[in-house]
Amino acid sequence: MTAEDERPREMGEVQLLARIRAGEKELFHELIRPYERSVYLTAYAVLRNPEDAEEVAQETMLKAFAHLEQLRSDTKFKAWLLHIAINEARLRRRKDRKHIYESIDEDQAGREEGNFMPRQFADWRDLPSEPLERQELKAAITRALHSLPDIYREIFVLRDVQRLSVQETAGVLDISISAVKTRLHRARLQMREELAPLFRRRWTDRLPFRKGRNPW
Amino acid sequence: MVSCNDVLRELSNLIEGELDPGLRAEIEEHLARCRRCSVLLDSTRKMLYIVGDERVFEIPVGYSERLHRLLNDRLGTA
Repeated sequence: MTAEDERPREMGEVQLLARIRAGEKELFHELIRPYERSVYLTAYAVLRNPEDAEEVAQETMLKAFAHLEQLRSDTKFKAWLLHIAINEARLRRRKDRKHIYESIDEDQAGREEGNFMPRQFADWRDLPSEPLERQELKAAITRALHSLPDIYREIFVLRDVQRLSVQETAGVLDISISAVKTRLHRARLQMREELAPLFRRRWTDRLPFRKGRNPW
Repeated sequence: MVSCNDVLRELSNLIEGELDPGLRAEIEEHLARCRRCSVLLDSTRKMLYIVGDERVFEIPVGYSERLHRLLNDRLGTA
């Protein structure tokens, strides 16, 4: 990114928003540029499909532009934008699987209160260095993510993939901070559990200097 | 005395640095002698490190270009 590209962002979002509202709508491109990835990933967390996520990301940006007057705090543009993305994605999901949506929702509500015990205790010593192994790792992480119940997957992507704060995550999802923490904890344990066998099976086996000294 | 279940329950708080110093010290003492719990903590931290890497979740090729082209069309900003 060049210094010229950075300049509009340096004026700050508050100024950008004021200028867009005053008619400089071309600045909307600069306003959303830092959040393109976040909006896509947020939609993807809900929909689990790249094509749908991209369409929802586009709809989100258009909706944000159309409703810019409704943004109550100009310092919270990102959270507002991701809130739109979550709602748009959920709307699409509901349309796509209306017939099963209610039962899934009920199932997840029940699970939230349940106990979770980890079974996999493989240690993760290193990251794979080979491109093929990295691809396998990405695929495994995607599978693990897809296996999470909706309410855990959304939290996990916002907080642990996108690194939003707990407060921001709560704002985007419109839930309490304690609900974020509870769901996030369970999401992390399940993700770790899903990924542990892969790590145990793969490159940890190729660390000869540790053979015979590991518990697995 | 902190148990393995206590560590499991507080794992996220431990990672987030949100435990009070007393409980944190007790858990660290437990971790020093419990292999299972120390592996649980290490592997969870490693998992979080990996998923936070931008290379793991990639956006589709051409996504940004398509998005801005659409905005240009709809907003008349071309």
